[in-house]
Formats: sequence, structure tokens, C-alpha cells
Amino acid sequence: MAIVALYGATVEANQFGEITPTFWVPAALLSVLFLGLHLVVRYVAPYADPVLIPAVALINGLGVGFLRRLDVAKSIADKDPVPGYFAGAGGRQLAWTLVAVVLAAILLLVVRDHKTVSRYAYTLGLVGIVLVMIPAVLPGSLSEVNGAKLWIKMGAFSIQPGEFAKLALVSFFAYYLVRKREVLSLASRRFLGIDFPRGRDLGPVVTVWLLSLLVLVFEKDLGTALLYFGLFVVTLYVATERASWLIIGLVMFFGGVYLAYLLGAAVGGPFANFYDRATVWLDPFASENYERVGGSYQLVQGLLGLGTGGLFGTGPGAGSPGFVPEVRNDFIFAGMGEEIGLFGLSALLICYLLIVERGLRTALAVRDSFGKLVAGGLAFTLGLQVFVILGGITGLIPLTGQTTPFLSAGGSSLMANWLLIAMLLRISDAARRPTTGGPAASPGVPKQPPAQLHGAMTEVIRP
Amino acid sequence: MNAPLRKAGVVILVLFGLLFANLNWVQGYKADDYRTSDYNGRVRVAEYQVPRGVIEVGGQGLAINKATEGTLKFLRVYPEKKLYAPIIGYKPVNIAEVGIERSENEFLSGASDKLFADRVSAMFTGDNAGGGNVVLSVKPKAQETAYKQVTNNERGAKKGSAVAIDPSTGAVQAMVSFPTFDPNPLVSHDTEAAAAEYKKLNEDKDKPLLNRALSETYPPGSTFKVLVSAAALQEGYEKSTEIPAGSTYTAPGSGAPIKNSEAETCPGSKVTLEEALTDSCNTGFAQLGVELGRDKVMKTAQAWGFEQEDLTVGNLEGPGLPVAASHTGAMANPDGSTDQAALAQSSIGQKDVRMTTMQGALMAATVANGGRQMRPYLVQQLLSPDRRPIYNASPQTLRTPIDGDVASDLKDMMVSVVENGTGKAAQIDGFQVGGKTGTAQNAVGADDHGWFIGFAFNDKGEAVSAVCVMLENVPGGHASAEAARIAGLIMKAAAGRGGD
Repeated sequence: MAIVALYGATVEANQFGEITPTFWVPAALLSVLFLGLHLVVRYVAPYADPVLIPAVALINGLGVGFLRRLDVAKSIADKDPVPGYFAGAGGRQLAWTLVAVVLAAILLLVVRDHKTVSRYAYTLGLVGIVLVMIPAVLPGSLSEVNGAKLWIKMGAFSIQPGEFAKLALVSFFAYYLVRKREVLSLASRRFLGIDFPRGRDLGPVVTVWLLSLLVLVFEKDLGTALLYFGLFVVTLYVATERASWLIIGLVMFFGGVYLAYLLGAAVGGPFANFYDRATVWLDPFASENYERVGGSYQLVQGLLGLGTGGLFGTGPGAGSPGFVPEVRNDFIFAGMGEEIGLFGLSALLICYLLIVERGLRTALAVRDSFGKLVAGGLAFTLGLQVFVILGGITGLIPLTGQTTPFLSAGGSSLMANWLLIAMLLRISDAARRPTTGGPAASPGVPKQPPAQLHGAMTEVIRP
Repeated sequence: MNAPLRKAGVVILVLFGLLFANLNWVQGYKADDYRTSDYNGRVRVAEYQVPRGVIEVGGQGLAINKATEGTLKFLRVYPEKKLYAPIIGYKPVNIAEVGIERSENEFLSGASDKLFADRVSAMFTGDNAGGGNVVLSVKPKAQETAYKQVTNNERGAKKGSAVAIDPSTGAVQAMVSFPTFDPNPLVSHDTEAAAAEYKKLNEDKDKPLLNRALSETYPPGSTFKVLVSAAALQEGYEKSTEIPAGSTYTAPGSGAPIKNSEAETCPGSKVTLEEALTDSCNTGFAQLGVELGRDKVMKTAQAWGFEQEDLTVGNLEGPGLPVAASHTGAMANPDGSTDQAALAQSSIGQKDVRMTTMQGALMAATVANGGRQMRPYLVQQLLSPDRRPIYNASPQTLRTPIDGDVASDLKDMMVSVVENGTGKAAQIDGFQVGGKTGTAQNAVGADDHGWFIGFAFNDKGEAVSAVCVMLENVPGGHASAEAARIAGLIMKAAAGRGGD
């Protein structure tokens, strides 16, 4: 939090030319908040991974600081008074952080054992589908922002239900796959040297997944569709330990992408969006791409911002992220990159990597298959999401709309990702809890058999 | 299930590795390209963080800065609006700069090597004073007179230009182009309004954005006879040498006969060279040109500056405003032999001969300066932000097309034009004025262009100014008389005598 406070101070120094006496207020609020969460964790999940909260807190805090910096810059430009601590995008983000962290704490308090979640797996699967579908069936006026139908808009508030669906779907996939993994991995037909499972075993999972993908195509959210696809393929792979799933997944993915590109070039229609993004990605600096509406303008401005920042950045508050459209949301990483430079971004990247790898480590360590799949799926999805959006804005892969976890402005994303972290904390607590039920356990005491997963009759424990 | 999880971890590591590598590429390797990209608005913001240098003349700022409250901290202001627009140009936010603002951009913005020491000291003192200042050679009185007279010419011409230079140094004393524009709206920080204004000016059929004094060429008409006279004098002719004349002349192998502008102009079969120039005898010069031959005429024109593609007017050690090349045309038949009819036409400044207003002024200045043509310049001085002189213009000889004797003869002949011939309107009390009028036919059915090139000597015998005035499509005939009148007033103002 000292870093966040320092960041806030530098922003004020660069923007106002002086540091106001109250620069530390947002950082202090966040400190109290995260301390509160830490205490909750100490109480209800004493063995939880100690790295997760500080790493997420740092990213979240910098995000709040950067959004507040944008507000301050705008109010200076408009000669408005500097917004209060809960006003403006930065203030809202602070408020959302508050809500999200409290929700995470509640989740930790309510769900004392992650395996209880598996009891509601089918419900969660259904909820996930419904959440994903709501915006698609709502009229555009209630669900459309910038051409993508992803939201539920209620007056001043809007939520992105798809963010929460991610959590629900992971739980459902994990539960179903754990129940069926023996069948899936054993009863299969070999074709062209690759093992294909029987259709009826995979049915429900594929149905749920296809439904969500279809809906996302109609909602024009390629990024999330890609995320769900990755999530599905990876949980399947982890559950069955069959590399064939990866091969099938990758072939389907790249084939689909190429087909969509060709279709977009040939017939346009629903594929035109994809074709546009691909051409823009291939040559963002071509003037016909740059000047076209919906062309590479924001990608180029993002790249120019990153380039201007260079190795060391211009310093917090001293850049001009205002040139980058959507700098509050999709392009926040480019906006920050201008001011904190390659070194700052690398540090952020390492924080993300730390969170993801800690999540995967939790999955490795936890002893039940359901926990493994949930933790692994969530951690991988988080990593994939970071890769998709950062790869997009740095020109590595075609740009797809995604929030940057914990950084981008937006309550849904924050809440969903904090809930994700709460899940990981809960599972990591189980993973790191000594098997004998207490730290006082002495060697030589025989290990208790691990608790059976509810309903998982075919489960075979393979630590 | 741990093996696939570990592999997933490796996949994440690889993906993040790719991100990191790409970030290095973007922020390390490509950083400079991106930083200086044309698409990068931040470059503009940086440019407007410190005040740009002032362009000034006689202690008066012509391009100054006003502090603003916006992201761009300084607004460029041109207090004289249209008066200096063709010289100074403008420095807009989103499109390329023009004029002196362009050619001295590095110095004005403070990025020039000449200001390196200032930048270093600013780094230590933390007090960045901004860019260096540019002092122009223009004489405000001459500029104001030229602008007022050309834009309010008594004959109702809608377009024109004028250039006045100091014959002995090449310093530009005045340069106007008409119609012109107000640069202030073009540099507005409201870039959309600025772009709209630019679009409007650019699409205006009268082309107010053109600097007609430098970038446009026109048929020079009889002013070209000065060059043919010079060629003859160099070939051994004298002022009193008689050349064939007559009321009409048809060149060998051609159709249309060449006539004089008035029936009473050199009707006799012979006329002296001096009389031919004084009365602007077309038949005399057409025959003289044919007699001298195509090569002589073309070579002479080149020696005086025709066909020069790379002349700039600005800083003598650096860039400036580009001057379009004046051309004589080939005067040749398709088989390469001399087209005598074209040669005859060209010798009186018609056919394919084209000249800039600047070239006209240079011709007059060359005669006034004893045959030495000085390179014209606009930037008199460059001053550091704290007004230390960084550069002082040291006049350069551009070329010496004629020797002193020829120059002296030409001067006498041109003085005779103003005292006894077609250029009487250019006379100034107390000065010896010489010159040559030109009335150039251009398009069929269009009014003639009116030209005057000339010079003035003060009572001490010093050349004080050389001028070229060009009015396009002057209604009502005798187009050159108005040009001559205006030229006289400009030279008087340049000599410090009038213009108030």
C-alpha cells in the first residue's frame, strides 16, 4: 500500500504541481479494507496462500490510483473541482473494490469448504447459462454498449453478468468432469490415432459450453468466447489427462478462427467484425485501417502511448493517456504503460503471473479432484484473460474486448475477480491445511483418508 | 491430474513470456518510432509545453504566443493577420507548418543544434525559456505599402504579388501575395475548426493559401526584354546600336505576325536598342531574339536565374521558402531545330516563357547592383531565447550574369524607360528610378497580366530597392501602368520615404 500511496502522491505532484495533504486517503482506505480481508482470512481460512491478497491488492490499488489520476486530469482540463474520493471513475472503482472485497469475505465466511459448492453444480451451470444469455435476449437499449451486447443496464448502473458466469461455469464443468472423468478417459474410441470419448458422456458439458459460445457470438464478445473456450478445453484436459483434447481444441480454435476470417472477408455479416479486427491487427499503421471508423485508432494510440513511455515511463501523472480511447477499460494497461514504462508493466505482469501460478500451485496441492479442477480452471482463466487483453493491446494477437483483471474500471469485473480470488483462497486453505487436522500433528500418526467428494462415486484419489 | 496442471502452468509461463517479450519490443525497440509517429498527439502536446520562439521584425512580434488553460499551453497568435501570412506561414496543431514557421521550425521550437547550449543550461536551471527568436529582414513600411497597394490596386485586379529586395544584400524588404488569408483560425487548438478553415481556404478558387510571389510562374511579357537586351549588350551591341523594327514582324516559318502594343510604337524600320526598350518595341525585340539565336537567349536567361529549381528564400545557411523555377521553354521544333516563331515570341516574354515575381525582382536587383545577383533572404537574425544573437545573415552572391559595363548600360536603358517611356508611373521625387513594364497576354479572352520590375537609387547614388510587382488579369488594358505606380510607392517606402 505504500506503493499505492506513493503512486497517488506522484500523480498529484505531476498533475497539480504540488502534493495535496490528503493524497494518502484512497490508499489508506484500501489499506484498511485489505487489512479487514486479511483478518477474515486469518479467521476462516488460516492456511490460505499468503501471497494472493497482497499481489491482488497491489494491482487493484494501482488501478484505483490510475483511474483517479484520469479523473483529476479531466477535472483540471474542465476546470472542475477535483472529485471526491468516491466520485468519478476512480472513486467508483474504490467503492466497487469495497463491495467486491466485502463480497469475497462473505464468500469465505459462508463457504467453509469448497466442496460444498459442488452440491449446487447443476444449479450453478444453469445460472451460468442464464447469466450469459440475459443480455442477448434483452433489447439493445438495455444491454448494448459500444456494439457489444454484454450488459444489463439499470439506470446509472450496469453489470456484466458474463463475468460472474465464468465462476459458475467453472464450478459446473469441474463437478461434472470429476464425476465422469473415468468414463471420459477410458471409454473412448480411437480414430486417426486420437482417442475420442463417447458423445453421451460429454453431452451436458458440450451443450452448456456450446450454448454459452453461441450466445457470446450473438453478443459480439469474442474475447469472452475465447476465454470460455480455453477454460473448457483446459478443464477437460486436466480432468482426462488426454493431450488429444488439447489437439482437438487447438485445431478447432485455429480452424474456426481462420474460417471466420475467410467468411468475414467473403460474406461479412456476423463475421465482418472478426475480419475487421484481423486486418487491423495485421497492419494497424496503414492509413486506411487507421482512419476507418472502428479501425485501428485505439490500438495505434495505445501502442504510441506504450512507445512514448519507453523503458522508464513518463512518471505517474506526467503522461497523456487521454489520447487512448477506452483507457479506463480495455486499454488501461496501455495508459499505465505510458506512465510507468516497461519496468513498471513488467512488475505488474509478474504480479499477475504470481497470482496465476499460485492458483495453479493450489490446484496441484489440493487433494480433491473437484478442488483441483476449480482452482486450476480459475487460475488458468485468469492468466488467459490477462494474456488475451494484454496481447491485444500490445499488438501480439488481434484485439478482443476484455477487462484487465483488477485494473479496469468496472464493478462486475472487480466483484467477479475478487470472488475468484476468494475461491482460490478457500481452496488454498484446504490445500495447505495439514492433513491430520492440525499443526500439532506428529509424524507417525496415520493419515486420515481424505473426505469423499459428495456424489463422486467413481472418484479415485490419485494424489 | 497434476501432470496436466503442471503443463497448464508451463503454458501460462510461455504466454506471459510472449507478453513480456512483446512488451520489450513495443516499449524498447519500437519506442522511438512510436514516440515520434505522426499519429502521436503527445508530440504535439510536448511542442506546446514551452513557448515557441517569436518571429519579429523591427522589434514587433509577428508570430507570438498566448498562454492558454488547455492541454496545449500556448496558442500561436499572428497579430498582423493577413499582412505577413505568405512569409511567416502558420504553425497549426494537426497539420504541417508552412512558411518561415516551417523552415525555421527547429529553431523556433528550440530543438535546433544551434540552441544545444541553451537546452543544456535549461536542464540545470529547470527554467526552459522555449525556442529561439527569428528576426526578419522585412521593412514594415515597405510591407504595409506593398500589401495596401496591391490589395487595393486602382484597376480592380483580383490577384497579384509583389517582392522588394535590397539590391546590394538580397535582404527581402517586402513580399506580398494577394488574395491572402488570416493564419489565426488555422492554428486554433480546436483542431476540427482549424481543419475546416483549412479546407475552406484550400478549396477557394482564388487559392489564397498560395504564395504567388514565390511559387507561381506567369508569362513575363516585356519585362523579359531586359534579358534579351543584356544578351545583346554582351554580344557587343551598344545602347545606340540600331536594330530592325517596324509595325509588324512575322518570324521565318510562322503564322501569326507580331505587332506592337500601339501603332505609334517604333513604326520605323530601325530603332536603337535603348529606344526599343524605352518604348517596349515588340517587333524590335522579336527580331533581335531571332538574330541572337535560341541558345544565346536561353543561356542568358539561365545565367540570370531561370531554370534554377532549388532556390530558397529564408536563412542563408539553412532552409527557406522554396522558389519555383522560372522557365524559358524549349523554343524548338519536334526535330530539335530552333522554332524561329517560338523564339521570336519568347523574346518578348510570351509563348512558353514563365517567371516568378521573385525572379523579376532579382533581375532588377542584378542591374542595380552592378551585375552581381545577391541571394535573397528573409531571416536577418536568429536570437537565442535570452536574445543572444546566434546567426546574422551575411549576404551571398548568388551569381554574376553580367559585368559592370553591361549593367551600367542596362541601368541607363531602364532609367530611360521610367523617365521617357512606358514606366513613367514609377517615378519617385528625389530618386533615380529605372525599370521595365510588361503586359503579358495569357489565356484567350482573359485580361492581360501587368508587370513592373524596377529599382531606385537615392541621391547618393546607392541602390535602395529593387521591386517586382505583378497583377493578374488587369481589366481595361495598359495593365503595367498600375504595376509601375505600385512599384514606385513600394520603393519609396523601402527607402524610408513614405508609406505613412
